[in-house]
Amino acid sequence: MKKRSLKHAFATTLFSIASLAMLGTSQLAYADDELVVYSSRKEHLIKPLFDQFTKETGIPVTLQTGKANALIERLKAEGERTQADIFMTVDAGNLWYAAQQGLFQPMNVDRIQAKIPAHLRDPDNLWTGLSVRARTIVYHSERVQPSELSSYEALANNAWHGKLCLRTSKKVYNKSLVAAMIDHDGATKTEQVLTGWVSNLAAKPQAKDSQVLKAIEAGQCDVGIVNTYYYGRMQDKNPQTKIKLFWANQNSYGTHINVSGAGILKHAQHREAAQKLLNWLTSDTAQKQFGGANKEYPANPKIPLDPQVASWGSFKADDLNLAIVGKRQAEAVKLMQKANYK
Amino acid sequence: MKRSALKPFTLFSKLALWALILLISLPILSLGFSWHRIDSGLWQHLSDNLLLELLGNTFQLLLGVAIGTGVLGISLAWLVTRCEFPGRRWFEWLLFLPFAVPAYVLAFVFLGVFDYAGPVQSFFRDTLNMQGGLDIREGVWGVAFIMSLVFYPYVYLLTRSAFLAQPPNYTEAARSLGDSPFRAFWRVSLPLARPAVIAGLSLALMEVLADFGTVAIFNYDTFTTAIYSSWVDYRSLETAAQLSTLLLIIAATLIALEHYQRGKRAFHSGLPRQQTRYRLQGVKAIATWGYLSGVLLLAFGLPLIQLSLWAYQSFSGWDPRLSEWIGNSLILAVFSALLTVLIALILNAVIHNHPLSRLQTFGIRFTTLGYALPGSVLAVGVMLFLFEVDGLLDGGLWFSSGLFALVIAYMVRFMAVAFGPVESSFKTIKPSISEAARNLGASPLELFKRIYWPLLTPGLLTALFLVTLDILKELPATYLLRPFGWDTLAVRTFELSTEGLYEAAALPALVLMGIGLAGLVIIEVLRARAEKRRPISH
Repeated sequence: MKKRSLKHAFATTLFSIASLAMLGTSQLAYADDELVVYSSRKEHLIKPLFDQFTKETGIPVTLQTGKANALIERLKAEGERTQADIFMTVDAGNLWYAAQQGLFQPMNVDRIQAKIPAHLRDPDNLWTGLSVRARTIVYHSERVQPSELSSYEALANNAWHGKLCLRTSKKVYNKSLVAAMIDHDGATKTEQVLTGWVSNLAAKPQAKDSQVLKAIEAGQCDVGIVNTYYYGRMQDKNPQTKIKLFWANQNSYGTHINVSGAGILKHAQHREAAQKLLNWLTSDTAQKQFGGANKEYPANPKIPLDPQVASWGSFKADDLNLAIVGKRQAEAVKLMQKANYK
Repeated sequence: MKRSALKPFTLFSKLALWALILLISLPILSLGFSWHRIDSGLWQHLSDNLLLELLGNTFQLLLGVAIGTGVLGISLAWLVTRCEFPGRRWFEWLLFLPFAVPAYVLAFVFLGVFDYAGPVQSFFRDTLNMQGGLDIREGVWGVAFIMSLVFYPYVYLLTRSAFLAQPPNYTEAARSLGDSPFRAFWRVSLPLARPAVIAGLSLALMEVLADFGTVAIFNYDTFTTAIYSSWVDYRSLETAAQLSTLLLIIAATLIALEHYQRGKRAFHSGLPRQQTRYRLQGVKAIATWGYLSGVLLLAFGLPLIQLSLWAYQSFSGWDPRLSEWIGNSLILAVFSALLTVLIALILNAVIHNHPLSRLQTFGIRFTTLGYALPGSVLAVGVMLFLFEVDGLLDGGLWFSSGLFALVIAYMVRFMAVAFGPVESSFKTIKPSISEAARNLGASPLELFKRIYWPLLTPGLLTALFLVTLDILKELPATYLLRPFGWDTLAVRTFELSTEGLYEAAALPALVLMGIGLAGLVIIEVLRARAEKRRPISH
């Protein structure tokens, strides 16, 4: 029948696939003299910084963004063949896991340790925090008095029944918050808190912190827990907002913080340039911008804050080493799933 | 089909066929190897706390979307093919448009507009002083509704072609025997179109099985939630892969059901003839109009308006790289879609022309399963598989980096989408046509040029359109496997929307929809041309 055309089609397909493979391999030469950063931080947040680094040092940076877990799998699979020099991500859990999987090599902390406090760094110098994000309580100032608030744990009290909004437990920030709580309060107490939270929920957990804020604004609930930079963005859009920040757990272990951070990859081909980039990212100039760009806190506590961030007041931060937070995340998820926290 | 018409295989064809099948199915098969190590503690936890509820949720959602896409797809297809009303021809192709809207984009638009804090409910509360509110994320309804709006085009598209291909004399006979239009539809048209309806439904449902983005926005937990939890929370890629193979079994069951219900019956149609359409007037015409515009408004108009508003509010100059993203998106989508459709064409031509062993038939069917896998799992599967291949070669990154991995991932994921339309257009070719042509002395080349190509073109174009749009919208595989510098519109939309910056994500999302619209116009023009060149005029 049409065997001949079929044969042609087979041949065309195989040829196309072969040429594709060549196209694919030709990509390899592309990044030879560039510093390659795998990042789960979104491009629009960090590219301006890298551009400035390139301008100052002449070292070009190629950025490959992706989801943290997918990038970690990619790095594991690439092994020593990887072209990446630095892995940058948010959340202590991701950094801890990357370290635990042996993806990093120790960095030279001579300059970094003077800038970044120890609890924001890996004990073995495999990664360092670059910016700090605080996760704390927000409330509607017309419906809630700050005197009614104290800690994350207290939001499990009956008084908040039908008034609490939370982001989904699937988000890594909540996993870390609960992981820290397990370390401070123990698993039994934490499970009780989680069950209390769930029974206090005014609505099914939101997919995003910004939605938690919107729900409070609209009156669906009165209190919630968010990262402060989401609050900052809301303030930008609506300076008259009735929502206020409350620094949680000031009378106990302090407000929960997390980091975004980075480490040099074990199989980095541009080790020196990578070290240079990390030194630069922890330098005063970069730190000022790093926090300011996303309304986060600089990892270096001596850097003056962005005026808007400073207006939220100072607070006592939890100084639990973040590697511990990372280690306890799986335990935290188990508890949250048991407590039916969606 | 008469067996005498079928030619046996040459060795070359056999090897080539298996090469193609393996290329597409090995990344899927590699998931099966995950079963060598079982984390029983994690399985225990999952089955104690999650699995039962998640399976229940998944089946509710499948049922909801099956009903939603079925009702929408069939009714719309029937209205535009069997009725005549002002604007029918416009509606006929406009109704494809919702397919250009990524499901997760429609989800965040709906949530933004209709949720408790959104403008609609705020209006009722603040201006009309109505108390309370509705959480549209509760239950299965919201998610099922949104998915039905985005996925109904699968059913619509295939059913419409089936209705068009039905010889009108069947329904005319039913009508002349006194059946009402509805009865004629129910007893004649619909049963004849059943394979098309089910093929459309199974595509829609596989898409539901694989979805993670849409359900995540509504925080509606499905089976994919367990897969992601195993991977992201418990760092057990094995358990995630094991759970994925269960998802494949559900998908395989869907496909087997489709085959079973089709049985050995043949659905070859006669030659399409001009349809006589019921002329709708007055109330009926207005009601039809209202229905069609309502669907279009919700599925395409609303996101268009909301995204435009957001894009306008947040507009701070064009990103100079926008044209680069458009270029990347288009190159990837069109090139991969062409390849995917080409392979689907070859596989179907093989099925059509050769007696196949059970194993061969099974192998070909297996290649369509990738559509039910969550994109990220599939992407990791492809990646790990290609690293293995590279490792066997010489330890370089030959296949696993660059575009190759990405294109393979697209082919594995969207083979089912290409396969369906191509398969159904092969089904409209009665073996007697090609036999007759051969008896009249047509050479194979002539046969191909004058019979197959014209009859297949509409199906090929449909497949090309669907796969191209699907690849344009695809996120997880593109995100993980794209080579340096190959950002696409979908990647940008996602990156901006995850930070809660829906406003900033609006522009790339709009461009994505615009490309979908342009693609639709092109395909329609090509299709119209192909129709004119049909071998037998009517």
